[in-house]
Amino acid sequence: MELRTPLYETHEKYGGKIVPFAGYLLPVQYSGVIAEHMAVRKDAGLFDVSHMGEVILSGKDSLANLNMLLTNDFTDMADGQARYSPMCNEQGGVVDDLIVYKVKDECYFIVVNASNRHKDVAWMKDHIQGEVTLEDISDSVAQLALQGPKAKAIMSKLLKEEEIPQKNYTFIPKVMINGMECLLSFTGYTGEDGYEIYTAPENAAAMWELLMENGKDEGLIPCGLGARDTLRLEAAMPLYGHEMNDDVTPVEAGLGFFVKMNKADFIGKAGIEGREQKIKRVGLKVTGRGIIREHCDLYAGDKKIGMVSSGTHCPMVGMAVGMGLIEKEYAQIGDTLEADVRGRRIQVEIIKLPFYKKGEVLVK
Amino acid sequence: MNIPSELKFTRSHEWLKDLGNGTFEIGISDFAQHELGDLVFVNLPQEGDAITADEPFADVESVKAVSDIYSPVSATVTEINEEVLDAPESINSNAYEAWFVRVENVTETAELLSAEEYEAFLNEEA
Repeated sequence: MELRTPLYETHEKYGGKIVPFAGYLLPVQYSGVIAEHMAVRKDAGLFDVSHMGEVILSGKDSLANLNMLLTNDFTDMADGQARYSPMCNEQGGVVDDLIVYKVKDECYFIVVNASNRHKDVAWMKDHIQGEVTLEDISDSVAQLALQGPKAKAIMSKLLKEEEIPQKNYTFIPKVMINGMECLLSFTGYTGEDGYEIYTAPENAAAMWELLMENGKDEGLIPCGLGARDTLRLEAAMPLYGHEMNDDVTPVEAGLGFFVKMNKADFIGKAGIEGREQKIKRVGLKVTGRGIIREHCDLYAGDKKIGMVSSGTHCPMVGMAVGMGLIEKEYAQIGDTLEADVRGRRIQVEIIKLPFYKKGEVLVK
Repeated sequence: MNIPSELKFTRSHEWLKDLGNGTFEIGISDFAQHELGDLVFVNLPQEGDAITADEPFADVESVKAVSDIYSPVSATVTEINEEVLDAPESINSNAYEAWFVRVENVTETAELLSAEEYEAFLNEEA
C-alpha cells in the first residue's frame, strides 16, 4: 500500500502521471521530462519532495553524536547552516547520505532519503549515546522544492530580502509565507540555485498554489521525479542505491571531501582506513549509439571492471551520459570502455564530472 | 485520442499501414508515444532483416526507460526510417507519420484490431 503525500490531489489536478516511488504515490512527470528539465535549467520548476524523511536530534550531547554518527565534521557549524554528509556502517559502507541543518546549539534538523528513513532512524537510535533525543517527524512535514535561475525572483515576490536565505547551504528556521510557517533553505538537488520549503502537511497544497501563481510570469512549471533524476545526474549528484550503498565507501563514491579522517573517531572510520579503496566513481559519455542505464556492465576489453550506477539521456547536455563505479586502475579520463546494453556492446568514454554546472555545459 | 481509421493495430500498441503492392509500414500508436514519454533513442533492425509477428523487432528509449516494439507481421524489412533514428522526438510529435520500417513478403500476421476495435480496447484498459 503506497502512501499519498499531502499534494496527491494537487498532482492529479495538474495532470501529473502518478507512479509508486519509495512507498509513496508521486508524479513521474507532468508536461514531459525534457520540458520540465529545461524549465529548471532556464527558468524554474516546482517539485513535491514530501516523501523525504525528517528527523530532529536534540539534547546536550547532539553535536558529539552527530560527529560520531556521520563522516563530516559539524563542530564549527553556525546556526542557520546546512551541511551534507554520508552516514557509514562499521565497515565504511554507506548507510545513507543526508543533510544536517543546525537550528541552534543542541538542536539539529536532519533530512534523509525516503527509501532509507526507517533504516536510518533504527540505525541512529541504536548508536546514539548520552543526553540526546531522536525524533522521526517525517509524517508531520511536507517538503516542496523551488529550483532554477528564476527561483529567487519568485521567492522575492513573497518574502522580504532578509527573510530569504542568501547563501548556498544556509536556511532560516522560521519564515512566514502568506501566514504559513516554514523552514526555508537555499538547497536543492538539481544543480541550480533554489529553495526547499518545509512546512506542515496542511499547508502544502496552498503553498504549491501560491508558488505556481507567483511563478507564472517566470515560466515556473510543476516537475516530477523523472526530471529530478535527469537534473541530478547531469549535475553529477550521487543518489543512494546508485552511486553508493552499504558496500561502497564514500571515498569510493567520490565523496571523500565529506569524510573528515582527522576527526577523533566516527562510525566507519576504521573500516575506511583499513580497506583498500578499490573502486572509483567516474563520468561516462556514450560515444557509440545508444543509452546506458544503471546495472549495465562495463568492460575494458574482455574484462568486466564495473557497472553503470546511473545513466540516461540528459536534455541540457543533449547526449547520453552516466556515472559508473569501476576498478580504480581503469579510471583514466579519456579512456574508452564498453557498456553491455541488453547484450549489445556500445562504446563509452571516461570523462570528468560534472557534465553541467550552473549555466554551463561541461561535456563536449 | 488520435486513431486513424485506415490503420490496423496490435494490443501492444503498434500500427500497420497497407501501402499497396504488398508493402507495409509499421509504427507505434499515439497512445503508445504518450505513455512512453519523451523518446530520445530508437534502435531499428537493418534492411534485409527478417522480423517475426508478435516478437520484438525494435526498441525505443525514453529518458526513463527502454521498451520493446513488437512486430505485427512476419516479413522482410525493405527500408528503415533514418529520420526517426536521427530525431526520435518525431515519434512524439506525430506517431502516425513517424514510421519505423517498411516491410514486404508478409508470411504471417499477428492478431490485428481495426481502429474502432483498438479504440474500444484502449477504453477498456483505461
